[in-house]
Amino acid sequence: MNDNQHSTELGDAQNRDVDRFDDPGLPEHRHRRADSDPAADKRAERQVVVLFLISIIGTVASIVAYFVFRPDGTTDGVRISTLTLGLGMAFALLGIGLAAVHWAKTLMNDTEVTEERHEQRTPDAEREIAVQKLSDGAADSGIARRGVLKGAALSALAIFPLTIAVPLVSSVGGDWNVSKFRHTRWDKGTRLAIDPTGRPIKAADVTIGSVFHVIPDATEEERESHAWITEKAKAVVLVVRLDPRDLKEAEDRKDWSYDGIVAYSKICTHVGCPVALYEQQTHHLLCPCHQSTFDIADGAKVVFGPAKRPLPQLPIAVDDEGYLVAKSDFHEPVGPSYWERLK
Amino acid sequence: MKALAARRHHRLAPVVLLLLALLATGGLYALLAPSPASADSASTQDIETGEKLFQANCATCHGPSATGTDDVPSLVGVGAAAVDFQVSSGRMPMQSNGPQAIRKPAQFDAEQTAQLAAYVASLGTGPTVPTDEQVDPALGDPATGAAVFRTNCAMCHNAVGAGGALSEGKFAPSLLEADVTDRQIYEAMQTGPQSMPVFNDANITPEEKRDVIAYIEEQRDGSAGGLSLGSLGPVSEGLWAWVVGLGLLIGAAVWIGAKSS
Repeated sequence: MNDNQHSTELGDAQNRDVDRFDDPGLPEHRHRRADSDPAADKRAERQVVVLFLISIIGTVASIVAYFVFRPDGTTDGVRISTLTLGLGMAFALLGIGLAAVHWAKTLMNDTEVTEERHEQRTPDAEREIAVQKLSDGAADSGIARRGVLKGAALSALAIFPLTIAVPLVSSVGGDWNVSKFRHTRWDKGTRLAIDPTGRPIKAADVTIGSVFHVIPDATEEERESHAWITEKAKAVVLVVRLDPRDLKEAEDRKDWSYDGIVAYSKICTHVGCPVALYEQQTHHLLCPCHQSTFDIADGAKVVFGPAKRPLPQLPIAVDDEGYLVAKSDFHEPVGPSYWERLK
Repeated sequence: MKALAARRHHRLAPVVLLLLALLATGGLYALLAPSPASADSASTQDIETGEKLFQANCATCHGPSATGTDDVPSLVGVGAAAVDFQVSSGRMPMQSNGPQAIRKPAQFDAEQTAQLAAYVASLGTGPTVPTDEQVDPALGDPATGAAVFRTNCAMCHNAVGAGGALSEGKFAPSLLEADVTDRQIYEAMQTGPQSMPVFNDANITPEEKRDVIAYIEEQRDGSAGGLSLGSLGPVSEGLWAWVVGLGLLIGAAVWIGAKSS
């Protein structure tokens, strides 16, 4: 076929009215083997019976498993108990489901039936009856006559949604207070303590290459309290000691570290995951959520990833007994950005 | 014998032969393998033998006096624990340069490892190899261990110690492999090999280190919930649910919709 012929044929096809075609109706009914062959019918019946039997066996197995494999507290005990119970129940339900579907597909009547839709619009006579009933009811209730009753009913309905709306709106209002993000539990003289045991840290204990996960020193009572979890979530700090020769420090932050020991907030400035994957050899600190990477040797500046700001640094010093203490709170809000952050 | 000869052309015969050969090799190895020598106290002779081993196997990179170069760490003061960890886990001697030294079958037996450790320990004091009691998981408290592990280890090594990725091809290895010994876990915390930071005794006390070991040992039992799918969390679980779970559902829907023949 050459190109010329090809285009002519295409043109013909477009000229024909292809959008309209006759209703082909239902395809011719095709009989299943089970409809005509008694052997196939028997076979299908047997298959359905077997599927139901599988379900029965599953149920029995599940009950037997319940009594035989009691979870004894060990990992293996729990696993074998849940596994056998679950498998028994799975086969019990799957057997019923598969049997029912197979039964319907192979043995039940599958002749196609067409049911015409009825007219969607209700006849006018019936519509009039309905309207009449409604207006009769309204007249009977006397709502047009009894003005006070009408007002009371409407008011009751109108104010009911307040029971849901007021607590909702009010609790939204509580969260607009963002000043709490500006401060953490750290203060001048707060000792640095090990998370989660709460032992205070001596500067001499922080050897080069080690990393300490740090919380503010607090009484056991405070650490057990409900409020602690929010305080801890803001205040967690990572302390590492670098060789002072590796450490690059900004001029105004020279006195924020102590003999190579630096402390940085553990909350990622991207979306607030705990940044805690510290690579000792590269001094890089990785965030597990989006792979932001901070260079601890260089003011925790971002070297990779979606974070935009360096991690806030906690100024530290050493007290008379040799313990590490904070010199003040963080000088900027920790964690991800928010609109009022710099106000 | 005749029956055996008749079946030598059976298509499963090579498989059976292979299994028998493997069994024989394994059995012979178990019988003849040298039992690990215990070398608790380092004698002068150990140090001398260790030095010979060092000069023959390690000095190429670490230098004849073990002081290292710009790219290779000095071994003065790393202690016996670091040597025992690196050599017993096969990481040293290093096979090839790469993002990090990887675990492989150990090149030296326990006695040679102890001699190497004795030599390196004689160069400068450092952490010593922990005693069996220090690493006995039965003496540790897995609950405390879990709290310590969660804060200090889980972000790199995964919540159950299945390991995880770091940057530029580096990774935190799995702690659940059968050949990771309790002693190596203790030594890794103590010495901070490669990318791993050091967790000295002031940070994680020896008792807490033993608790961590007890926690990891508990994880070796596997998950009570069935398939752990590598303990990798939403990625592998999602893949399983989307591919296997949805695949089965789609298959069922197609089957229900298909006309019976």
